[in-house]
Amino acid sequence: MKFTLLYSDALLLVLMIAIFAMVRAIRTNPQTAKKWRYVFQSRVGSASFIIIAFYLLIAILDSIHYRQALPEVVTKGVDKSAVSSQVHYSSEVNSVLDFILADLKANSETTYSAPFSLYSFAKENQTDSLGRIYRDYPRLKFAGSHIDDPSDQASDILKRSAIALGQGLLISLALVGLIKVVLIILVKKQSTRLNQNQTISYLPQKTIYLMLTFLIVSTTWAIDLGSVYHIFGTDKVGTDVFYQAVKAIRTGVLIGTLATILTLPLAIGLGISAGYFKGLIDDVVQYIYTTLNSIPGILLIAASILLIDVYIETHQSDFNLTIERADFKFLSLCLILGLTSWTGLCRLLRAETLKISQLDYVQAAHAFGVPHRKVISRHILPNVTHIIFIALVLDFSAFVLAESVLSYIGVGVDASMNSWGNMINAARSELSRDPTVWWSVTAAFSLMFVLVLAANLFADEVRDAFDPRIVKSGIFGIKRKQAQEI
Amino acid sequence: MALLSVNNLSIELAYDNTALVKQVSFEINSGEIFALVGESGSGKSLTALSIMRLLPDALKISDGKVQLAQQQLFSMTEQMMNGVRGKDIAMIFQDPQTSLNPVQTIKQQIGEVLRLHQGLTLIEAQPRIIELLTEVGIPEPQSRLNWYPHQLSGGQKQRVMIAIALACNAKLLIADEPTTALDVTIQKQVLTLLKQLCKRHQLALLLITHDMGVVFEMADTVAVMRQGEIVERNNTNDFFKAPQHPYSQQLIASLPDGSYFSNQAGEQPLLEVSDLHVWFEQRKGLLQRVSSHTKAVDGISFVINQGETLALVGESGSGKTTAGQAILNLTKATKGNIVFNGQSTAQLSDRAFMPYRKDIQVIFQDPFSSMNPRMTINDIIEEGMVSLKVERNKQRRRQQIKALIKRVGLEPEHLTRYPHEFSGGQRQRIAIARALAVKPKLIICDEPTSALDVSIRGQVLELLLELQLEHGLSYLFITHDLSLIPHLAHKIAVMKEGKIVEQGHTKQVMQNPQHDYTKELLSAVPKIKQT
Repeated sequence: MKFTLLYSDALLLVLMIAIFAMVRAIRTNPQTAKKWRYVFQSRVGSASFIIIAFYLLIAILDSIHYRQALPEVVTKGVDKSAVSSQVHYSSEVNSVLDFILADLKANSETTYSAPFSLYSFAKENQTDSLGRIYRDYPRLKFAGSHIDDPSDQASDILKRSAIALGQGLLISLALVGLIKVVLIILVKKQSTRLNQNQTISYLPQKTIYLMLTFLIVSTTWAIDLGSVYHIFGTDKVGTDVFYQAVKAIRTGVLIGTLATILTLPLAIGLGISAGYFKGLIDDVVQYIYTTLNSIPGILLIAASILLIDVYIETHQSDFNLTIERADFKFLSLCLILGLTSWTGLCRLLRAETLKISQLDYVQAAHAFGVPHRKVISRHILPNVTHIIFIALVLDFSAFVLAESVLSYIGVGVDASMNSWGNMINAARSELSRDPTVWWSVTAAFSLMFVLVLAANLFADEVRDAFDPRIVKSGIFGIKRKQAQEI
Repeated sequence: MALLSVNNLSIELAYDNTALVKQVSFEINSGEIFALVGESGSGKSLTALSIMRLLPDALKISDGKVQLAQQQLFSMTEQMMNGVRGKDIAMIFQDPQTSLNPVQTIKQQIGEVLRLHQGLTLIEAQPRIIELLTEVGIPEPQSRLNWYPHQLSGGQKQRVMIAIALACNAKLLIADEPTTALDVTIQKQVLTLLKQLCKRHQLALLLITHDMGVVFEMADTVAVMRQGEIVERNNTNDFFKAPQHPYSQQLIASLPDGSYFSNQAGEQPLLEVSDLHVWFEQRKGLLQRVSSHTKAVDGISFVINQGETLALVGESGSGKTTAGQAILNLTKATKGNIVFNGQSTAQLSDRAFMPYRKDIQVIFQDPFSSMNPRMTINDIIEEGMVSLKVERNKQRRRQQIKALIKRVGLEPEHLTRYPHEFSGGQRQRIAIARALAVKPKLIICDEPTSALDVSIRGQVLELLLELQLEHGLSYLFITHDLSLIPHLAHKIAVMKEGKIVEQGHTKQVMQNPQHDYTKELLSAVPKIKQT
């Protein structure tokens, strides 16, 4: 077995490190920490965060790639030691998620089949016991092959669901118990740090535990039933649709995060310098983003994707594996999405910096002869982070949706890569069939919907907590502030 | 029978029942001017808003009754209340800039009230609007009917607000700090107008203010509010003669004493400013050619000696802050010379000015915006010491900061906290410590006390005076508040439209002003004449 690190895996790793660093930085500043506490104090905030975290976990599991060693081929007349010194690896790259969903991946049928169906979706010529040829829907190769009598299916599903439910509840009970124990230990250890205790006691624990239980139960159910049925059916070539939709999570989450992260340096760097230095720099930055904004984004993206296709064609030797090629194209897409959508945040940051650089504390810093570099990093940047946070979470869902739109018009990720956009693109022909093949698009839609909804709800909470103009009712402390201002 | 009677009014926060106003009762008669005095956060504005039933959602009235000429205001429906607002009770707000709609003409805005409460169309209302504008003293009302708020000055806007309030012959006028945003001379005019109108129309006026001078000149009755309670209520003459409650005594005692003048100090000139011009270019057209200049500072000269305070007095827009910025080299001087300690500093580049940054420091007006909310007090004070290399040794730097923070009256424990944990007065002390940390010779104080409450103002000024004696500091004290000056400044320079119209020793200028503008300024200051 050999671990393979794709570029996007590495970027995800960097991203996780960045998030941890950010959390640590936030905890040192009581003001920002307080605002984040507001986000997690609300039930919507906590619940949507757990869903996002769950998606992220799947994306991480799907980003640990490895290649299986191929079994040794023993050929006569060749020295054995020479063979064993060189191990060959499979050209198929698997991830940890593939390992978990191995059943789903392996149980491939020949063509379409509906969710939970025992029969194929297309009639085939079959021979009965008497040797006569007749045309009917054949039984599926894998799904439901363990039951002989099709009429037992309903009771089988019920039985398995009950078992899965029990297992899920047990696991979540154990997990909740574990969390409680860890919390008690933490509280005991840090009893001197009052803040810590307060954070925990303010969290909507019931919501968090319910959400966790719900996620665990549905996961066990999906894995248990997915191993014997196709819970979302199969696609044209017989691949399990549920497997595809889950694999597409990595694409969605990564495109959302990476494209957002890529917009940040440009938006922050140019926006703040335009607002801070004004004059010529401001003119140049404004010129760049107005120009960029006036070109239709889709046009730029389509043109760049074509260029990248050409590049891949002419540099075949650089991309040995299909997955490497797909990964390269995927990253380029993130880059292009990022490069075409930094202007909004840049504009906001410029305006905010213009405002802040007029404030007395920046003037005071000038009076103390503090160099520009430090004024920006110490006085400006920390005071615009709320805008960056809000833009970050809002952009995330926009990029997830953008990916599916782009794949739909054919300039998205590589066709070999699982993505919701590709699934929806395929549904174009599936939905025009009669009877329609509705499950593929439904699976993609529902998984994407949950992610985007969670991200949007979370973004709302973040904005409420960080935007000073919004006064949220019912949250401790904010109302008091408003009352004092009157 | 009183026109307005407030009985046991209590207001609390809706979510945790924290009492903000506790059992407040008072009465106002027709034609009476009733002043509600108190510091920020004492609940005076909340009391006024609850009479109008305009409290924000986060607050609720928990107890009490308000009766306006036989009507129980708290038992009315919202629709009935809308008939009372603007018709029987009218309100004038603090800032006329934001309380008028910028996209409507003044005719439309006055006409709207008449349309709502008297059913007049704009054409029918026109004679009444002209009459109202004449009454509040807007010159040529006929031609100004179609003006927009931005075409009027601050004082005129407040007059228009008063005209709107008067439009429907309201019985009660609530004025919430009506002149705080205005300059002294305009404040005088607006207050005189209000007083005249009250007497002429037998209006009851509920005047909310923190300025004891205004109270003395205006009010018939005074009520002092503190922490949501009325601690003392009396008629004005008796109140100023013999305040009963210790807090009222403190309020009156904290007013600067106008009869005391500082002695002369220092002979050695520290800062000499001669013929200083700061002009801002106004660019126009496609090629951004310079079309004209805004002359913020237009040829001023003055000298500050060592250990001396020069007060630079003027109304808003007179260029006093710009002059301070030019001395700090934050704004470049267009022309003229600034000599600091024998060295010319005007026209120096940022780099060349660096050595002087240590010697010239600044304290700003607003203690809430002058500190980065994301830095601890220690980091805020330390920043200048590090960047100006005052003390390289970290250990000694820490000790100096500790000593400083104790000197300005705070505790070393406060160093690890963030600015938002401090009150306005405490923050201004921190700002003073920050300026002192680099051991300056000259501190430019840009209205350091105008954002503070009266009782705290005195303490901060006292601290500045003590520090001046200890360290031989010189101050350039920029202010619009003439009442502070006798106590504080050795010399005074009066600025108007970018020029110094009169300067000299404080006593000489204050007691025997030569220029007309100085005379006008001095007479406009609301004063308490103790008899």
